[in-house]
Amino acid sequence: MEFIQDLMTYSFLQKAFITSIMVGIICGVIGCFIVLRGMALMGDAISHAVLPGVAISYMLGINYFYGAVLTGVLTAFSIGAISQNSRIKNDSSIGIVFSAFFALGIILITQARSATDLTQILFGNVLSVRASDMWLTLIIGTVVIVVVILFFKELLVSSFDETMAAAYGLKTRMIHYSIMFLLTLVTVASLQTVGVILVVSLLITPASTAYLLTNRLSVMVILAAFFGALSSIVGLYFSFLYNMPSGPVIALATTALFILAFLFSPKQGVVITKIRTMSKRKAIAE
Amino acid sequence: MIDPITVEHISVSYDGDEVVKDVSFSFEPSSLIGVLGPNGAGKSTLMKAMLGLIHKDHGSVKIGSKTVDEMRKQIAYVPQRSNIDWNFPIVVKDTVLLGTYPKVGILRRPRKADKEWAMECLKQVGMEEFANRQIGELSGGQQQRVFLARALAQKADYFFLDEPFVGIDVTSEEIIINILRDLREAGKVIFVVHHDLSKVKNYFDKLVLINKELIDAGPVNQVFQSGNMTKAYNRQFMLDGLEVPM
Repeated sequence: MEFIQDLMTYSFLQKAFITSIMVGIICGVIGCFIVLRGMALMGDAISHAVLPGVAISYMLGINYFYGAVLTGVLTAFSIGAISQNSRIKNDSSIGIVFSAFFALGIILITQARSATDLTQILFGNVLSVRASDMWLTLIIGTVVIVVVILFFKELLVSSFDETMAAAYGLKTRMIHYSIMFLLTLVTVASLQTVGVILVVSLLITPASTAYLLTNRLSVMVILAAFFGALSSIVGLYFSFLYNMPSGPVIALATTALFILAFLFSPKQGVVITKIRTMSKRKAIAE
Repeated sequence: MIDPITVEHISVSYDGDEVVKDVSFSFEPSSLIGVLGPNGAGKSTLMKAMLGLIHKDHGSVKIGSKTVDEMRKQIAYVPQRSNIDWNFPIVVKDTVLLGTYPKVGILRRPRKADKEWAMECLKQVGMEEFANRQIGELSGGQQQRVFLARALAQKADYFFLDEPFVGIDVTSEEIIINILRDLREAGKVIFVVHHDLSKVKNYFDKLVLINKELIDAGPVNQVFQSGNMTKAYNRQFMLDGLEVPM
């Protein structure tokens, strides 16, 4: 309760709160498409690969947004180029490209700024969110949500049956790269809150939790957004009260929700299905 | 107005290996066409190349005087069952509704009339009672019927089905072939990739027989004879044993 009072009082906490919720929502939403398209590794890759862009932006004194988007998109294209033009498999080309970008990013950042900055970017520090960061997150969030709502139909059909989508004339490759672009935007928006290394937990885990709970994509997207936002708030809470880095706390919160769904989901839950089989066996035996 | 479909000199290669070599044929409206050939003959590849889903080294497809790209909204494609993620969070009726997307168009939602039409297509394949099931909960034959319903929902004139009869039950098989026959009677052009030779004469009125190269294309009685089959399968065929009364 003290937390709510502080939330009313401190404007830095309000900014952190709004940013966290928005980041949780958009990570959950985009995460659904990443999970269903089997691109979880790609999410990890792009989030790591924005690092050199952030560093270059610092050096040039421009907003880190521009550099991060640039290297994020560059990564998506490099991975596509390697796996399409050689015998290297997709997961290997992801590994090759993102480790290179990440390594370059760490070197550039240690050259450009102090080690504290690096820790913040890697692990997130939601309490240091400035007004400009909050606005950037809100703008990116609005763009992402509007695009997903407008093109939900196309995202659904191309994620489910890409060949059918292409057969009736959808530009499936363009859809793929648009999702990569949105993913980059979401990653940039998440830098302050979860940090580069753990963005993937907010992308993959809430979406996977939602995946265990529903048979409809629209419901999955809404649930994932909710779980993402909830995890972010938990992260903020612990970060504020116990001075913990927000990224790891958020990651563990998403994991806790996942474990609950994994064990107790009405249809897929491990414990629930066990109980159901046992009672059925009992009924047959009697 | 349904136009004839003409394939001219299609060639496709993967990593320098030619898998479809210089295939040409043409079919009039009201055709139910079996695409036959041994394993690895390039049947699915030919179909995908016709639809422009994979890169052609050479060749063209014309529908009347138009290209496939200009006719996409008139084309319904049913993929092989093994190419679908059956755990995807989608229920049966929404799967059929996907068939209305091409005509609903971008930035618009399916309306009530579209949803009713999707249900009607689902009824045609006898799957309406499964409308709210997740697609992975169905049997193979039921899944195939749902995908056929999706194709029907597209209100297309040209149908392309990749191995629709693999691993399905007798009831589903009958329902599917009857619908395909109805489509033919309505003047549509239907291509079906198929490999079970025992039912060829019963199912199709026309055939494309390939083994990388075109062996023959045309009416079943012309194509489905020992000489051609021996050429395609590289072994002797006693087709009398395979005859099925019409």
